[in-house]
Amino acid sequence: MSFTEIFGLALSAILIENFVLVKFLGICPFLGVSKKTETAAGMGVAVIFVMTVASAFTFAVDKFLLRPFKLEYMQTVAFILVIAALVQFVELFMQKALPALHKSLGIYLPLITTNCAVLGVALLNAQNYADSFIASLVYGASAAVGFTLAIVLFASIRERLEFADYPKCFEGFPIALVSASLLAMAFMGFQGMKIF
Amino acid sequence: MNWMNILYAVLILGLLGVFFGAVLAVASKVFAVEKDERYDEILENLPGANCGGCGYSGCSAYAEKLVEGTAKPGACPVGGEQLTAKIAEILGVKPGKNTRITALVRCNGGNHAKKKYEYAGAHDCVSANALAGSPLSCQYGCLGFGSCVSACLFDAIHVEDGVAKVDHEKCTGCLRCLEACPRNIIISVPYTADVNVLCSSHERGAELRKICEIGCIGCKLCEKACQYDAIHVVDNLASIDHDKCTSCGECVKKCPRHLISDADLLNENEDAELLREREQKKAAQE
Repeated sequence: MSFTEIFGLALSAILIENFVLVKFLGICPFLGVSKKTETAAGMGVAVIFVMTVASAFTFAVDKFLLRPFKLEYMQTVAFILVIAALVQFVELFMQKALPALHKSLGIYLPLITTNCAVLGVALLNAQNYADSFIASLVYGASAAVGFTLAIVLFASIRERLEFADYPKCFEGFPIALVSASLLAMAFMGFQGMKIF
Repeated sequence: MNWMNILYAVLILGLLGVFFGAVLAVASKVFAVEKDERYDEILENLPGANCGGCGYSGCSAYAEKLVEGTAKPGACPVGGEQLTAKIAEILGVKPGKNTRITALVRCNGGNHAKKKYEYAGAHDCVSANALAGSPLSCQYGCLGFGSCVSACLFDAIHVEDGVAKVDHEKCTGCLRCLEACPRNIIISVPYTADVNVLCSSHERGAELRKICEIGCIGCKLCEKACQYDAIHVVDNLASIDHDKCTSCGECVKKCPRHLISDADLLNENEDAELLREREQKKAAQE
């Protein structure tokens, strides 16, 4: 793969086909952990880490275990297994080797096990980039960067909403959902751009 | 139908599962983090209410700080002396002195306070407080709908005669009721503070007489009676400095409105006398 292709792939995964705002994957943490910019960024970093590693592992499982035996229909089950085990392993490893990082990511790591964006990226990789390890990895990493971008943007909007003057009945999730939809519409502006 | 397909699927996924299980099992041994045994032991003994009364974010955070040595055993208001001794024993240090605090509702109005209108909304202080400045004529009084009662985890606060009252024996000093009260009339006082002013009104005396039979009118008789400079009238309301107060009870006797309570007096006949006197006055007015 040439550098331009990789760059195009990354840019389209981050902006044009943003996981949260265009593909609507990973909505749960997007709404749940976006009350503060700080925690949102923490969640984002954890997702980047897990999604990149998960892309590599699911690629290997798909290529060397599932496809040779024509078991593509078992992808969902196998990937969930891989992701869950991987997150557990990473958590155990971090606790021992990087206690500081574990403390800051701590509560988000187990949450990611059930983040559909991680399973989504594994399945999309198997669909589109089943033959290229680099493309899978880049797509996984940049999709996670897109997720982080969206959740941090959204968290900063929600922080500002604290001081906004909106009707009382919109307080809490309603106004959050309205602003999420506006943010999604803003990202629709990238639609139609074709990089490659 | 090809049975081999099913066999492959079961085999490969089964192997994957076994493989990951084994890896995780090994990892949990290899990467096991040694935890201080005392941490678990202390956490077991802590009440587990996560009330935050100790000043930390929860029981586990307090236990962590205890093991680290940055926190002192006496901070948990729920466990009391017993727990302090237990923690000190686990940590192998001397038990410190407990500074037990308790919540206090600074209002005794209830049925003695005038009502502006008959409230029929949700049975909740916050809602009642929001409706035309509450059904009570007094801006400061206890509404008696029990928002603090539902906030209490320890069944230590109850509404009696239209006023919330704290059971000081049960109160652990977690101060959840302080936050629940929309009128901010619940305060924290030392458990040993026997003499308390049971009114929060900053209303001027003349105005207050019209809306409450037993509110503080700011007459300063208590201030003059006190030999220890412990009670002062600020903004038409008497307040006690518990560091200086010796619980001598002079102010309790002098208060013309009988709104200064004395925990010791409460159990004696004198208080019953005060009550009778009050009843007589009420009857005379009517």
